[in-house]
Amino acid sequence: MHYYRAHVLVCAGSVCVTSGCRAVKEAILEGITRHQLEEEIKVVETGCMGFCELGPLVVVYPEGVMYCRVKVEDAAVIVNEHLLKGRIVKHLLYQDPNTRKTVTLMKDLPFLSKQTKVAMRNAGLINPEDIEEYIAGEGYLALAKVLSSMSPEEVIIEMKKSGLRGRGGAGFLTGLKWEFTAKARGTQKYVVCNGDEGVPGVFMDRSILEGDPHSVIEAMAIAGYAVGADQGYIYVRAEYPLAVEKLRHAINQACEFGLLGENILGTGFNFEVNIRVGAGAFVCGEETALLASIEGRRGEPRPRPPFPANEGLWGKPTLINNVETLSSVPPIILKGGAWYASMGTEKSKGTKVFALTGKVNNTGLIEVPMGIPLKEIIFDIGGGILNNKKLKAVLAGGPVGGFIPAEHLNVSMDYESLAALGTLIGSGSLTVIDEDTCVVDLVKFFVEFCHEESCGKCTPCRIGTKRMLEILERITRGEGKDGDIEALEVLCDYIKNTALCGLGQSAPNPVLSMLRYFRPELEAHVRDKHCPASVCAFLFDSPCQNTAEGGVR
Amino acid sequence: MPMVTLTIDGKEVQVEQGTTVLEAAKKVNINIPTLCYLKDINVVGACRICVVEVKGARTLQAACVTPAAENMVVLTNTPAVRASRRMTLELILSNHPFECPTCVRNKNCELQSLAEAFGIREVRYSGANPVHVMDDSSVSIIRDPDKCILCRRCASVCEKVQTVSAIGPQGRGFDTVIAPGVDMVLAESNCVNCGQCVLVCPTGAIYERDQTEEVWAALADPQKHVVVQTAPSVRVAIGEMFGMEPGSVATGQMVAAIRKLGFDKVFDTDFAADLTIMEEGSELLERINNGGILPQITSCSPGWVKFIEHFYPTLLPHVSTCKSPQQMFGALAKTFYAEKAGVDPADIFSVSIMPCTAKKFEAQRPEMNASGYQDVDVALTTRELGRMLKQAGIDFNELPEENYDDPLGVSTGAAVIFGATGGVMEAALRTVYEIVTGNTLASVDFVDVRGMEGVKEATVKVGDLDVKVAVAHGLGNARKLLDALQAGEANYHFIEIMCCPGGCIGGGGQPIPTNYEIRQKRIDGIYTADEAMVLRKSHENPAIQQLYKEYLEKPLGHKSHQLLHTKYTSRGQSNQL
Ligand SMILES: Cc1cc2nc3c(=O)[nH]c(=O)nc-3n(C[C@H](O)[C@H](O)[C@H](O)COP(=O)(O)O)c2cc1C
Ligand code: SF4
Ligand code: SF4
Ligand code: SF4
Ligand code: SF4
Ligand code: FES
Ligand code: FES
Repeated sequence: MHYYRAHVLVCAGSVCVTSGCRAVKEAILEGITRHQLEEEIKVVETGCMGFCELGPLVVVYPEGVMYCRVKVEDAAVIVNEHLLKGRIVKHLLYQDPNTRKTVTLMKDLPFLSKQTKVAMRNAGLINPEDIEEYIAGEGYLALAKVLSSMSPEEVIIEMKKSGLRGRGGAGFLTGLKWEFTAKARGTQKYVVCNGDEGVPGVFMDRSILEGDPHSVIEAMAIAGYAVGADQGYIYVRAEYPLAVEKLRHAINQACEFGLLGENILGTGFNFEVNIRVGAGAFVCGEETALLASIEGRRGEPRPRPPFPANEGLWGKPTLINNVETLSSVPPIILKGGAWYASMGTEKSKGTKVFALTGKVNNTGLIEVPMGIPLKEIIFDIGGGILNNKKLKAVLAGGPVGGFIPAEHLNVSMDYESLAALGTLIGSGSLTVIDEDTCVVDLVKFFVEFCHEESCGKCTPCRIGTKRMLEILERITRGEGKDGDIEALEVLCDYIKNTALCGLGQSAPNPVLSMLRYFRPELEAHVRDKHCPASVCAFLFDSPCQNTAEGGVR
Repeated sequence: MPMVTLTIDGKEVQVEQGTTVLEAAKKVNINIPTLCYLKDINVVGACRICVVEVKGARTLQAACVTPAAENMVVLTNTPAVRASRRMTLELILSNHPFECPTCVRNKNCELQSLAEAFGIREVRYSGANPVHVMDDSSVSIIRDPDKCILCRRCASVCEKVQTVSAIGPQGRGFDTVIAPGVDMVLAESNCVNCGQCVLVCPTGAIYERDQTEEVWAALADPQKHVVVQTAPSVRVAIGEMFGMEPGSVATGQMVAAIRKLGFDKVFDTDFAADLTIMEEGSELLERINNGGILPQITSCSPGWVKFIEHFYPTLLPHVSTCKSPQQMFGALAKTFYAEKAGVDPADIFSVSIMPCTAKKFEAQRPEMNASGYQDVDVALTTRELGRMLKQAGIDFNELPEENYDDPLGVSTGAAVIFGATGGVMEAALRTVYEIVTGNTLASVDFVDVRGMEGVKEATVKVGDLDVKVAVAHGLGNARKLLDALQAGEANYHFIEIMCCPGGCIGGGGQPIPTNYEIRQKRIDGIYTADEAMVLRKSHENPAIQQLYKEYLEKPLGHKSHQLLHTKYTSRGQSNQL
């Protein structure tokens, strides 16, 4: 292999592409050519590095120096100074907004402290278009291992040992699901990867698909071997064209390398992967709706049982796993279930990717061991609250989740502890809310989201969320009346208990959470026609400029 | 089948594995309320009215889709269950017009009954509702989406039973509407007007076009000579509108009641059914003897005819050219009868009482004017007739029986059985056998073609020929036969197809409810009526014999072709849901 003196990694994730990384990359290449450095320095496009708002990002190895917000005109400087003369370009380094200190090396970013990358181990570090880079990092070794030395049962045992739980939201034990599918009767079975990722503000699945597509493909093949499936489908939302492109490319490469298709690695195991592009409705991420959508029917949930493990795609046993779940599989196979289970808490094992957004200094994707105190996420990784405002709450689970108020900041981030607080890990959305945010207004926005995303099949969700929204709209207009809060309570309880699918069942979560932690704020709206955070428009003579939507979307 | 034992409201019950909690509860005499559920057809868990508590479950469970499991403990009547059902009703009502007194389904509406049973006196929630336009484009079926509770029973029947898929959910969420397409109306769709959707709709969201006022107007017009014909299956169903047991044969009361409304003549479609057998039987024999296209397929069911025009136009040459009995009658009423009675056909107003919404479409087909006028002016359904009789204050059940008028009121048992699936086939066999062989049948009952099985087959020896026949009812079953035919696997001579499950007794214009059990009872009524007839073979009908002698000359003759036969239209498919 050719030896390069330095590697220049340019993030080509979706956000950096939008902020102009491609032009930066061209400019760097131009500089390199101009100075005839082609033989010494290699430029690599990677997937999302996780600091999207600092993009375009350029990282120069071997040192690992990270440059932020690189513009086209900065490219020449990087080439002339750093690549040619070995001098670090100070003004492009990251500056901590709190301490004003600059950080030279990517690994020293406070954002990366306390992170442990498993699912995101490759994203941002390798070129997703080059299967050899994936292979160089032990890629497809896990597949080779299971095919050559493990029985399907042993694979499932290892997965069960790992304690990995589905990262798509429900948190169901992955090994158990694999076992159910393996045991289901039927010769034709399928593996489906759920890449619908419809919760606003989360994008770890996109990051993985764009930055490390092979890890998902490899995991699907491993899963196919374990459950007895020879066909896989990856369902990706239409809003992720880059992910689709990278996946297509990766699938083709894997086929060329004999890692997909017939007789993989000469073991007689066959597995192929197809891509399906989704319609872009949140509810299409619900597994039965997703299956209907793949089959070409209206994307609508149906009652379970039968579960997909027994009757899935075209009525055949089907394993459905989330992108992040799957990308954690190869390391588990290589390092063992016990290794994975050594991280996390008793019932929530391993690591979880969160999308940290809202009023916090460092936003982006973080991968942390389960059980980490929320405080460490917000302050050590997130660098504290933006503009030194007061933390009001952290909303976990997005529009179907609930609040963690400031007084519970020490909560351990695991499935059980969050459930006890009336919220959930869900898809890993963490939105930081400061004192300027009106909870009622925010909750109204979430209810509106669920109402708009309702498929319309069942009564509680179709009509119930509408009535819930109408009450909240009245309240935030200053037209709340006696009994509104009680009416909301009854409605929430009803919808949660009666709706057909997870969307309806969890749509009341933000309202219930507000009732639990911010009742006085709600009461102030209803009784005193007063918005303590000065957000709801009825308090103002002029239209409000700082509604919650802007901050959360 | 393995059995499971569960406890429902403290009672142990054993059911086959796969049985739903809803069905299991029936075994311990608990009727869990339902709205969207339609056994075997619409099992979707959409309305959530049927929720129950299941021990260990995180949420309430919909009984209609929850399979009974070993050791399951179910509670069907707890405060939480009642509160939830009430809320479901209130939410539906918050999205529903309060129009019961002016609604076609007043006092026969599942939503209304539940609201009544649950004592809903106020609706706690109110708010905006989507505004939909009423679709009255179709001559047969009207959709009023504002009254739709989105149970989807109609769409499932249309898709699964009829395989037409003319209507289905459009749009999403709160704005969902059951419609033929996003901006499409029924008249532009593949809808065959069968009205099966009407029969299963729990509310007044989809119903027949009511034409009773047109008939009242004609009756009130001294210039008009108003004649009426009643289809075979109406006599075994109309009684239900007046509280009679399903399947009660009420021919005599019905004739008397209709006469009371002021019709000038009360005739019987059965007369035309006997005539159909003469024409269609002769057509069959001609096809068999002269190497014509076989199998021949019946043409009396207008929903079926429109179905084949849309979905299998290349098979149209198989369809008998005979008009349906309704239309044969219509053509004769304004020609043969008009001459005989000395009435100007322009003054004749011809009404039919049909079990069928598709008959409305058939009546207004432009080619149906062999008499020089629209042969049938108004086709009413059984339900519309019932309404007219109620308006007139007629004490139906107590009326002394009366007879049909002559001559278009004379008929045989072979005509009555047109009302049940297999009946046309049986009637044809009775006649074809005797005409071909010259022998008298020992028994007129061809039981192989009777009953509710979807596709029935029989082989009947007629002289030297083994006549192979098949019978299908419900368009899904029809589709199976047509697919076989297209694949070259259907070497029958004659196929009977009825659009509606059970045949006309299960037609879209029949009293609501019309379900499996009621269909069965009406079929029993049909065969009872057949047995009670003196004459049971069409060719023995003296009025038909007279008709040929005086007017038509012979089956398939020149006049017959002019008046009694028709052509079909290839329609193409307008939507595919
Ligand atoms: C309304 C709704 C939306 C969902 N959206 C997603 C999604 O976008 N991605 C996902 O992986 N799972 C989603 N899920 C969860 C899936 O139904 C399913 O549980 C998951 O894909 C299983 O994979 P896992 O076990 O690996 O988590 C959603 C569930 C609901 C109820
Ligand atoms: S809960 Fe909402 S999204 Fe789920 S099935 Fe019911 S209407 Fe559709
Ligand atoms: S559909 Fe039923 S509830 Fe609605 S207006 Fe008609 S009768 Fe009343
Ligand atoms: S009338 Fe028949 S074909 Fe038309 S929508 Fe109703 S069920 Fe479908
Ligand atoms: S039209 Fe009637 S049957 Fe169809 S979905 Fe609406 S309420 Fe149900
Ligand atoms: S897209 Fe470049 S860091 Fe996320
Ligand atoms: S009857 Fe069970 S959900 Fe509608």
